[in-house]
Amino acid sequence: MNVVLIAVIVILAVAVVGLVWAGAHDRGKRPAPQATSSRRILFPFVAGALSQRALDAALRLARVEGATLVPVFLARVSLDLPLDSALPRQCSMAMPLLEAVEQRATEAGIPVDSRIVRGRNRRHALRQAIAEENFDRIVIAASAQGSPGFDPDDVAWLLENAPGEIVVLRPSAKDQPADSAGAVLGRKESPFRPRRARRGAHPVSRAGETAASR
Amino acid sequence: MTNHGHHKIFLGMAAGVGKTYQMLREGQAEAENGRDVVIGYLEPHGRLETLAQAEGLETVPRRRVTYRDSVLEEMDLPAIIRRQPELALIDELAHTNAPGLEHPKRYEDVDDVLAAGIDVFSTVNVQHLETLNDQVAELTGIRVRETVPDAVIGAADEVVLIDITPQSLIERLVAGKVYAAERVPAALNNFFKVENLAALREVALRQVAEEVESKRIPANVDGGRPGDERLIDTAAPAAVGERLLALVEPNPRSQRVVRRAWRSAQRLGAELDVLWVADHDPNAEEQEQLGALRQLASVLGAHLLIEHGDDVAHVAQRVAQDRGTTYVLIGTPEPRGALRRLTKPALPDRLLAMLPGVDLRIVADRTKRVKGDST
Repeated sequence: MNVVLIAVIVILAVAVVGLVWAGAHDRGKRPAPQATSSRRILFPFVAGALSQRALDAALRLARVEGATLVPVFLARVSLDLPLDSALPRQCSMAMPLLEAVEQRATEAGIPVDSRIVRGRNRRHALRQAIAEENFDRIVIAASAQGSPGFDPDDVAWLLENAPGEIVVLRPSAKDQPADSAGAVLGRKESPFRPRRARRGAHPVSRAGETAASR
Repeated sequence: MTNHGHHKIFLGMAAGVGKTYQMLREGQAEAENGRDVVIGYLEPHGRLETLAQAEGLETVPRRRVTYRDSVLEEMDLPAIIRRQPELALIDELAHTNAPGLEHPKRYEDVDDVLAAGIDVFSTVNVQHLETLNDQVAELTGIRVRETVPDAVIGAADEVVLIDITPQSLIERLVAGKVYAAERVPAALNNFFKVENLAALREVALRQVAEEVESKRIPANVDGGRPGDERLIDTAAPAAVGERLLALVEPNPRSQRVVRRAWRSAQRLGAELDVLWVADHDPNAEEQEQLGALRQLASVLGAHLLIEHGDDVAHVAQRVAQDRGTTYVLIGTPEPRGALRRLTKPALPDRLLAMLPGVDLRIVADRTKRVKGDST
């Protein structure tokens, strides 16, 4: 009888230890919740004009600063629609792009918090985004001769009106618009892999980029 | 026995699909069967096939109305009611009447005709439906000013979709069967594009499917008989329509769930509900995320629901039953400890058990799939 009792106690003890171990093991395996950073980098873009270089720069900055990337798709609402209209056609373009940006950011360990902001035109949507979002920095590309990005008037308006730091990437004919998720994800070279980096070069101060601060 | 007339609406995706033609054809068939049929109002747009189809049917003459020094021709509502036919064919339900007539809108005139016990066949294009007006304007870039409340369609006894392919409609347009030759190039450059027509066709098909669904009567509900023509409201159990429910929490990861759910909803032509089961008052960060989810839901045309409760599965079950959900999407559940696994089944298991007949999809993190593929 005593032997049976001892055996039961041993089995129960083993079971309890096993459960505790399993619990601890699971806790160890559990992914840490996505780190939320108080620093936020706004990355506005429109359909068909997502600058690869600007996205790379925004990702580099976010990684270096431990910031959250906030990709903002600027949707245009025509004047004959209410400003709060559903925009299925534009969203069908925005969704794959936002997914792809999020995927690249997540791969790089950068937290992402995406937005779609509506406005009557690009600048109005920008204004809305600036008014509604908390951010420390904005990264945009200036456009020229077909390169993706914001035209000089929008850039000037942003520099004049937006709070925080604004990083404007100089237009370059080499910059390809990423108008599909595949284009966003299709880079063979990751901006996070070491590559002929100039000694001491800050990510923001590489050739072809300018930083403007207010 | 009711005195109210029977209303049949011929719905099309655009001008030229053949709504008026089909209405006249069915009117002719009714006349041949011995019914007293009149044309209450016809707008043939000079289409020879349409005019030919109207031959032999009595037409109630239009009345002339003077407005701002212009003479307008409008449907003569009092004359139709005085004439008391069994069936009146009335074109262009969305038409706005000249000021000073009995009603501002033709669908209101039709109400009077029906109330007089006269059956009505009428026509309307899908972009005129009030709740679809914004959607169609966004899809096509063109907004129509004359709208019909959806309730008019909902109250109709029959809605018949006149459907042809966008290519066929464009061929009809090019052949001069829709508009006069001088209007064809402008029409082709503006409204009559394959992508516009395809989008409108989809909206029209969906609208009619929803009408069919909302009017469907189960064989044995409240004594309803098979074949019973009595209408029931939209509380009818879903038959063909899909409805998606995405379960979210106020954090950025939930946006992925909403985006994937929306894309699935688009493919299925379904409505999307987004649900947060709130077991606590949201803090400032969660408030911000709720704002972002609200904004996302709004731009996607989805419905954000916030329900209070301690048990996500129970609340989700109630909401899914209330809203006729056919498809539930959730984010990847976080790993659970052994003790919790023993004491409480995982959310997906509970949802599957509590929502029989409802599909469940777990939205994965695609980043992990890419990493796995590349190694």
